[in-house]
Amino acid sequence: MILAGNSLYRNIYGFFVGLLPDGLSWLGLVITGLILAFVFVNALMIFVAGVVYLERRVLGRFQSRLGPNRVGPFGALQPIADLLKMVFKEDVVPAAADKLVFAAAPIVMVVPALAMMAVIPYGKNTFVTDLNVGILFAIAITSVSSLGIFMAGWGSANRFATLGAMRGVAMLVSYEVPMLLSLVGVLLLGGTLSLVGVVDAQRIPFILLQPLGFLVFLIAATAEMNRAPFDIVEADSEIVAGYHTEYSGVKWGVFQLAEYGAMIVSAAVLVTVFLSGWQNPFVPQGWPQVLPSQLWFLLKVGLVLFLLIWVRATIPRLRIDQIMGFAWKILFPLALLNLVVTAVEVQLVPNPNTWQLWVLVAINLAVAVGAVVGFGAAFGRRRTNPTASVTLVSLQAEVVR
Amino acid sequence: MTNLQQHPEPPAELEAEPVVVNLGPQHPSTHGVFRLRVIMDGETIQDVEPIFGYLHRGTEKLAEERSYTQVVTLTDRLDYTAAMSNNLAYVLAVEKLAGIEVPERGMYLRVIAAELQRIAAHLIFVGFSLDELGAFHTPLLYGFRERERILDLFEMLCGARITVSYMRPGGVHQDAPVDFWPALDRFLADMPHYLDELQGLIAENEIVVARTKGLAVLLAAKAINCSMSGPVLRASGVAWDLRKQDPYDVYGRMQFDIPVGANGDTYDRLLVRLYEARQSLRIVAQARKEIPGGPVRTQAPFFIRPPVGEAYGHVEAPKGELGFYLVSQGGISPYRCKIRSPSFINLTALKEMLVGYKVADLVVIFGSIDVNMGEVDR
Amino acid sequence: MTYGAGIAKGLMVTMRNLFRKPTTVQYPEERLPQHPRFRGEDFVWYEERCTGCASCAKYCPLGIIKIVTSPSGTQTQEGEKYRLEVFDIDIARCMFCGLCVEACPYDALHMGSGFERGRYARNDLTIHIDELKSAPKRPSTWFRPQLEAKGYDPFSGETVPWQGVSRASKNDPTKEEMDSRWVERQ
Ligand code: SF4
Ligand code: SF4
Repeated sequence: MILAGNSLYRNIYGFFVGLLPDGLSWLGLVITGLILAFVFVNALMIFVAGVVYLERRVLGRFQSRLGPNRVGPFGALQPIADLLKMVFKEDVVPAAADKLVFAAAPIVMVVPALAMMAVIPYGKNTFVTDLNVGILFAIAITSVSSLGIFMAGWGSANRFATLGAMRGVAMLVSYEVPMLLSLVGVLLLGGTLSLVGVVDAQRIPFILLQPLGFLVFLIAATAEMNRAPFDIVEADSEIVAGYHTEYSGVKWGVFQLAEYGAMIVSAAVLVTVFLSGWQNPFVPQGWPQVLPSQLWFLLKVGLVLFLLIWVRATIPRLRIDQIMGFAWKILFPLALLNLVVTAVEVQLVPNPNTWQLWVLVAINLAVAVGAVVGFGAAFGRRRTNPTASVTLVSLQAEVVR
Repeated sequence: MTNLQQHPEPPAELEAEPVVVNLGPQHPSTHGVFRLRVIMDGETIQDVEPIFGYLHRGTEKLAEERSYTQVVTLTDRLDYTAAMSNNLAYVLAVEKLAGIEVPERGMYLRVIAAELQRIAAHLIFVGFSLDELGAFHTPLLYGFRERERILDLFEMLCGARITVSYMRPGGVHQDAPVDFWPALDRFLADMPHYLDELQGLIAENEIVVARTKGLAVLLAAKAINCSMSGPVLRASGVAWDLRKQDPYDVYGRMQFDIPVGANGDTYDRLLVRLYEARQSLRIVAQARKEIPGGPVRTQAPFFIRPPVGEAYGHVEAPKGELGFYLVSQGGISPYRCKIRSPSFINLTALKEMLVGYKVADLVVIFGSIDVNMGEVDR
Repeated sequence: MTYGAGIAKGLMVTMRNLFRKPTTVQYPEERLPQHPRFRGEDFVWYEERCTGCASCAKYCPLGIIKIVTSPSGTQTQEGEKYRLEVFDIDIARCMFCGLCVEACPYDALHMGSGFERGRYARNDLTIHIDELKSAPKRPSTWFRPQLEAKGYDPFSGETVPWQGVSRASKNDPTKEEMDSRWVERQ
């Protein structure tokens, strides 16, 4: 079962089983697992370092400055310098903290990101394991991070941290609902829960067939990874640093790893589910490919990450009640609408041929645009130009001297 | 397992205790060292108690020990984002006290400097407000980028960028250098685009609007009762601007409008300042066109000995009415110097504005009053 | 107005800025130009011009200029002149207001243009008379219209001799003239 599909795991295992005597094949499993764990944990760290560096550079350029550029060529070694700094910093534990919870929280935070790496297909035949409930697994395991946030907030015995943790739990739980609902449409279309299978099921990227679902998922995923404009959990201008106010040194570094790891992994899931994963969007599958599929995957993930950074550079933060209202009043109905439309379509056209597919694309696009505009109009009916509230008054100067 | 019957009745209403949180003096968005003792029920603010004094430097007392000209250097440090306006308010008071005339060119230079300073101060305000709303420093850095141009102009005028000490009783210490005027023209040509860009980034942004519209409405009557002034008062719909009501220097000759808000909410307070910056540009352009030649300073002696008496000089500083009340007993230094700082007095209504809102709103509302702790604590 | 238009506008603004040249410069290697009027540290002081009148010390709002003089009849200057024994400026407290420069009646003290006087100990921040004597004379043109009129730029590397900074329109007297005047008066 664990070796289903053509996975990395099976390849490596096959290699070791060839070397080991009979009866010791379990050892092969263990060794393979250890090797893969080692590779993936380190790969995540390297990717996080890269993303942190790129984010700081790109944000810098957005803000008309340079970003880190001192350590190494173009500052590329900055993450390593940061890491060294974190390692040598004093690890302060507040006197009133719940020591065990305080120490465990970063680990609880980082596990979901690592676990998620196992089910994502990084390229053609490049995945650790093809879990047949991959999407469910992905959603379930990301919710663990809200536990980590609450542990951190509660354990540090700091009021800012507690506030951040309460905000975090409320928000993360709410946004899981539209997130999951927006994926159900994909499940109906693809007919599979496996993340590997979903890629194969995309003859055209599902973003075309599920524009509404994509939008909802993108927004909900942004909230899940605590990125702007949903970064109320660690809103620096309000509650200092939110749940990790009291953390320093390596523990803080692990939080950072978890946060950026979650960001990368969520972007990867988004790419897998809606942007046809590792497939080349221009040359259909089966044709000779120039670039390896892994590169396409990386490119797409990079694009999604760039979008997130761009949004972060531009948009202010929402308030907690607005965020909750947005989840339940706008995203939830939109996701439901998407689900209903998709279900009807799948029922009517179970196996669409090419032109039927494009008709469906057109219908879905129309539904998406209609829904967004409709919601916008419903919420903005009384909305006039906001700048109209300030007017210019000309007065005559009174010379009273 | 647990017998449900034996389980104690849950209390009719879950008891919750209000939490006391100290925002500041070390907090990312308290504009210096300001402390707010906030009593919160969950995220909702029930009570606030502002605690000042962390930045008290005794400016008023120091002024009693220094000659009238030397005090100019102290005023730079009151509202350090608007040193020119502070200079101006002080020298106006001294000129009134000692009856010193100011040459035309000096007045025009002072108006140009004060209006440039207003633009700079408003750019900082807009940047920090957006920062408090959670925009990741982008508007702040744009604001600083444009403010840099103004500081370059100040460097040309008086050799310093922040603590300018530009004005003296009787004018300004020095005429502008020749390369100042082309630089000012370039600045006047570029600045409207900058302001358009900044306004495009924030003024219609749905999140900014959602966060600030209708937030902490300050009614005109309340604002007047609390003796508020400046953009906070104007955002509440009162067209009160000392440049119009008591035109000092050459403001009486300038054509400009006063932006007035309709609602008195945080959004209006934000936008009024953006619009004011444009009006300031208008004033600078007019002054640049009309400026006459001649001396820039009456040669007042360094140690001025005003006659016994008292005088109050006030200006429309970027944050409101800044006034200096000076008492002279005929000596070389003021017998008493009292500073009416707009930041301090605008904080009067802080509690009424904050109670009932959430922590996230607290920093935004507090920021929208635009205080500067250098001026509050003096 | 539809929802999202404002955000889209903002996104376009940031995107435009992404492709602009960054405004910041990398400081130690690259410096922004300073105006010749910049009021900075390392005061420029001309021993030849200074009479030890201590106006600068008196006008300083913080009283951080310390001057010790002793009478000296040996100076062949116009009039009597004091010999300066101590001329210390406590830069640690200086706020570069320039009032001392404004006060100096003999154009002996000028602002400098530097801003990089970082030291590990506070005491090292005081500028002593020896340092003032030996420092290269690149005065800032702040409050010195005579320098500005000449188009002098302290950043060009040129130094100005003590005869060159006078605000007097007439030429400075030569040493012989001064000697003869002094002899006449005696
Ligand atoms: S610059 Fe100002 S503070 Fe510094 S020594 Fe001169 S008068 Fe004193
Ligand atoms: S005011 Fe000028 S001449 Fe007098 S002591 Fe100071 S530097 Fe020397």
